[in-house]
Amino acid sequence: MSAHSSSSLSIRDLHASIGDKPILKGLTLDIPKGEVHAIMGKNGAGKSTLAKIMAGHPDYTVTSGDVLLDGESILGLEPDVRARLGLFLAFQYPMEIPGVTIANFIRAALQARLPEGEELEATDYYAKLYAKMDALSVPRNFTSRSVNEGFSGGEKKRCEILQMAMLEPSYAVLDETDSGLDIDALKIVSAGVNALRGPNIGMLVITHYQRLLDYIVPDKVHVMSEGRIIHSGDKDLALKLEAQGYDWVEKEFGESGTKAA
Amino acid sequence: MSTETKPDIDIDRSVGDFRYEMDYAFDAGVGLTEATIDYISDVKGDPDWVRAFRKEGYRKFLEKPMPTHWATKDLESIVFENIRYYLSQGQIPKRTWDEVPDDIKRTFERLGIPEQERKFLSGVEAQFDSEAAYSNIKAAVGEQGVIFVGSSEGLKEHPEIFKKWFGKVIPSGDNKFSALNSAVFSGGSFIYVPPGVKVKHPLQAYFRINAQNFGQFERTLIIVDEGAELTYMEGCTAPKFETATLHSAVVELVAMKGAKIQYITVQNWSSNVFNLVTKRGIAHEDAEVKWIDCNIGSRLTMKYPGVVMKGKGARGEVVSIALAGDGQHQDTGAKMIHAADNTTSNIISKSISLGTGRSTYRGMVHVPKHLKGCKNNTECDALLINTNSRTDTYPAISVRGQGNAVQHEASVSQISSEQIFYMQQRGLSEAAAMSLAVNGFVNDLVQQFPMEYSVELKRLIDLEMEGSVG
Repeated sequence: MSAHSSSSLSIRDLHASIGDKPILKGLTLDIPKGEVHAIMGKNGAGKSTLAKIMAGHPDYTVTSGDVLLDGESILGLEPDVRARLGLFLAFQYPMEIPGVTIANFIRAALQARLPEGEELEATDYYAKLYAKMDALSVPRNFTSRSVNEGFSGGEKKRCEILQMAMLEPSYAVLDETDSGLDIDALKIVSAGVNALRGPNIGMLVITHYQRLLDYIVPDKVHVMSEGRIIHSGDKDLALKLEAQGYDWVEKEFGESGTKAA
Repeated sequence: MSTETKPDIDIDRSVGDFRYEMDYAFDAGVGLTEATIDYISDVKGDPDWVRAFRKEGYRKFLEKPMPTHWATKDLESIVFENIRYYLSQGQIPKRTWDEVPDDIKRTFERLGIPEQERKFLSGVEAQFDSEAAYSNIKAAVGEQGVIFVGSSEGLKEHPEIFKKWFGKVIPSGDNKFSALNSAVFSGGSFIYVPPGVKVKHPLQAYFRINAQNFGQFERTLIIVDEGAELTYMEGCTAPKFETATLHSAVVELVAMKGAKIQYITVQNWSSNVFNLVTKRGIAHEDAEVKWIDCNIGSRLTMKYPGVVMKGKGARGEVVSIALAGDGQHQDTGAKMIHAADNTTSNIISKSISLGTGRSTYRGMVHVPKHLKGCKNNTECDALLINTNSRTDTYPAISVRGQGNAVQHEASVSQISSEQIFYMQQRGLSEAAAMSLAVNGFVNDLVQQFPMEYSVELKRLIDLEMEGSVG
């Protein structure tokens, strides 16, 4: 267990299920502020589910264990409360919200963080929004488009990173942010993420491919299989997984790796 | 009443839900007979032709069956014998707010009407139960020859214009409720805009029901002469009562050659009101009639604003938003009658059903065989919030002949739990997420409302959504 648990996103022996089906089976992971960790694993290992469970998706039930944000349990809190406490999830498949512009959406999200009766200052807001957009190479006309509606894969992911930049979370989970991106889009999105790295944020990057980790270089790499972290290492682990696949690690470290589909 | 001591609390929940006790100088009593009509005619000093028009309307009202063969059976819950058909403190509307009796004035002040008038209106009429308490037009607008008075004053002071069009766009026997209105009408606006005059700021009427078991039957007639332009807005509220209240208006619009009329309604009736309104406009050559209609509240609303495109190149448009809350039924739509070549009509309707709320779209588009170059576009989109919410669509489009084009699109959508989760993950509460999604759904239509109304609309939607989740 980390000595920095009071300023980390900490997952303790987490068990969770959807309906009767167990998905997480005793997952433990600690992401200290200031670090970037990556979770890799086969399709169906439960990586995206972990992200949703941390964010409080109502379809999943946590049966035991805990998720602590800076030492405080966030289980049992509504998804919006967790978000306001500083947890951000960049979605693999961001939802469309017809008729709601990006500018209004982010503004509403920031407004929700202010105390009752306090209004977001419009000029400050737009100045900040435009600055972040420029930094992420997001065209200005984005602000008047409806959230994710008719966006390309790359635009959706850039929009996620823009939201992250504006909301300034203390912990961010990036779920398959590389999926659906060509190499140029991947570079832009990675540059955006790298620009947000720093001592005040802990990041968890979930990915299936090592490719993303060429651009977002992690401090630690974890391998997930059958709802648990079965092995951890430094960034070289990702290269080894890329070269040799997952079977060796599941055989060596997984309890039932050979049975995996 | 205690409402007076803590107005802020009350206003926050629902602007219109308050009521002051009143003494009425004129009261036609309960129920409807020929004697009721004579009472109303006597009190109002109607000319003989109006009295005869009322009696004919009454006869047609008795003859016509309830339209329950196509409309909801809930109409049968209206007990006509229990309704009060005329209530007023006096029949002459005042020209300044200072002259309006205090007990009526405080209602409109609380609704913010005098303030809106100062800020962005050309003129205001404020109706309290059966009669307008206040009616005034800004001097500059009056000097252009624009007439803006109550219907009673209009028919007496300007009979030459009034008589020519009154009951011509909507004959008294058009339907059971237009017949009822013809029998007992009181209040509403009469507007005449002379040729070429473009009224810069909107004229507004505000209809307020204060009394219980009451029926409000205003009658509005607007004539915009050649090349002239007018925007008219109406707002409506009533307090919540245990018993049903009836609002049954008739609105007739006449746009002469090249004229433009935009008629905007934002109504927020309480959930006991039966709102059964007939609205229709005639557009002459190259004229344009546009209805922008927003229906929130009421127990049952039946309203299908129509445009008869009588002259070549005329345009008709209905843009409507309906929000059916728990237990409410919004039965709305549009009627587009193409009666000349190269006429164009456009219908955009969006409805939202919450809880057990039900929204129904009925559209009628008629293009006869002998016409050329007519176009209609109809879009109706429904949003269902809860699993027990309901929506129905009944489009009736009859387009004959060649060279006429019609386009119809309809959609039903729901706000998915994944959309809500996505928004919650950004920090919005479930209710705020719902509100944002609903506002997004109607956003393109809300943009067409004047700023003051779009802000009000957003607030009303937020209020409705607040109660619908959790």
